[in-house]
Amino acid sequence: MIALLFSGLGQLLAPGQVGTVDRILRFLLDDLWGTVLDLLAELTGIGILSSAFMQRAYLAAICIAVIGPLVGSFLVHREMAMIGDTLAHSAFAGVAVGLFVNAAYSVVVPPLLSALFVAAVAALLVQTLVDYAGAYRDTSLAIVLTGSFAVGSVLITATDGGISVGINAYLFGSLATVSRLNAGILLVLSAVVVVVATVAYRPLVYVTFDEVGARAAGLNVTRYNQLLAVLTAVVVVGAMQIMGVILVAAMLVIPVAAATPVRGFKRSVGAAVCAGLLATTIGVTLSYIYDIAAGGAIVLVAIGIYAAAKVGVRLRREQARRKHNRDVSRSPSKTVKPDGGDDE
Amino acid sequence: MAILEVSDVTFAYGDAPVVEGVTVDVEAGEFLGLVGPNGSGKTTLLELMIGLRRPDSGTVTLFGDPAHESSHGERIGFVPQDVTNTTGEMPITVREAVRMGRYPHNLTGRFTSADRDAVDAALARVDIADLADRRIGRLSGGQRQRAFIARALASEADLLALDEPTVGVDAESRDAFYHLLHELNQDGITIILIEHDIGIVTTHASEIACLNRELFFHGDPEAFVDTDALADAYGGATSVLEHHH
Repeated sequence: MIALLFSGLGQLLAPGQVGTVDRILRFLLDDLWGTVLDLLAELTGIGILSSAFMQRAYLAAICIAVIGPLVGSFLVHREMAMIGDTLAHSAFAGVAVGLFVNAAYSVVVPPLLSALFVAAVAALLVQTLVDYAGAYRDTSLAIVLTGSFAVGSVLITATDGGISVGINAYLFGSLATVSRLNAGILLVLSAVVVVVATVAYRPLVYVTFDEVGARAAGLNVTRYNQLLAVLTAVVVVGAMQIMGVILVAAMLVIPVAAATPVRGFKRSVGAAVCAGLLATTIGVTLSYIYDIAAGGAIVLVAIGIYAAAKVGVRLRREQARRKHNRDVSRSPSKTVKPDGGDDE
Repeated sequence: MAILEVSDVTFAYGDAPVVEGVTVDVEAGEFLGLVGPNGSGKTTLLELMIGLRRPDSGTVTLFGDPAHESSHGERIGFVPQDVTNTTGEMPITVREAVRMGRYPHNLTGRFTSADRDAVDAALARVDIADLADRRIGRLSGGQRQRAFIARALASEADLLALDEPTVGVDAESRDAFYHLLHELNQDGITIILIEHDIGIVTTHASEIACLNRELFFHGDPEAFVDTDALADAYGGATSVLEHHH
């Protein structure tokens, strides 16, 4: 699948076809998305929405808010939240490889594509280490995380500091990195992630819920674990431009954690995406207004939503307990539910 | 007719053999109780039987094919030990978990009315239809294990493999759970059960296999009670706890 994706993107970026790609991007981003947001700006009187730069930023924010929690839902409930962080650091190595190649040989490799390739390889490497080498999961993650960051730092310094300027934007994320091409890449990656996660939804849920049961039922658990790891790599690379390497894992984890009180897995994924949308759009807006880092603003808003969800659940539980106590004291014969009941 | 043939199977983790030279056949409709001390290789043997592991030597034939490459996933229902720790926080409902039983039949297509009927029937069969929309992590241990049975029934499994399913389940729910297993076995479902409580096994199982790395006994419960197999397997120092139901 990855090879196919790359050959597809490779063809897209072949010199003769750059014009076509540019036309498609112009149509999608400027004509279609741009017009919609221009209309919205006129209707609401919110001026930010009519700037082309912010229109791309909001598009990226929406993509990230959909694919992050979608894939994160499968990771968080398997206690694999840290794989996102590991793959983000390997994506950083990938960016460094791209910038290094661009600086050392005069070819043009978009750093996002080299990041995608390196992160996908790292994803498969982590899974292989876990499956075959018998290394503990967090040990495998730590080795790949530090190893790839080391590769990145070596490559950056190997070019006499020439590329370290560009690297900052990837480390901390920036709205300015969302060029038309990068927005296009993110759009394609998001579409791939949504389609694959939808098609593979059932086996991914099964493996997340009960890995041994899934194997007994005849599912190829190793293959779905690899698929999940590669999907994570794709999400991380897509979200990295705005969120930055260091904070990108947050979008896989925090909205999902905020949506955990929702009953039903499918509904909780929907709720996590909603939490993500709220966090990214507010975060991007704050970032623009106050000229602060977008990634940091998004993460702080997301944590705020998480805290609000936790407090909300606590209050509802407290309320239910009080009501229950009142009912019991009025009619002492009423039976008590043995398992406490659900919160929602 | 034997649906499962374990023939001279040996399996080791590294250099330490945990199952050695075991030969057991399981007939269709049988209720096999696997007993033995802690660390005797019961779980490993069960995993070999349903194809989760590949034997180092010997063969395991399940439904006519080598178990580890068997494509009969929908015929096998696996009920793990109480899974509170792993599924506690996942916001999945009982119905969503039971629907997984249909996945081997229908992995990507739309659920048909037959799929939905199978799920509803399975929930009703194990008496948890009223819990269908509850979070599975919030159920009691006994209710949760019923949900796993329902998943197997929704899959139309004819072999149930259970690994100490009632550890941590209260006594009353445990009796009801084994009563349910007994009924399912009467309906023709083959059952392989690991259980540390010898009394339960001798009450419900039609065959007993007593294991401590090697097979110490394989036969019916009456003969098992009369032999010294248990004492031999446990090293002779254990007094047998008998239950009278």
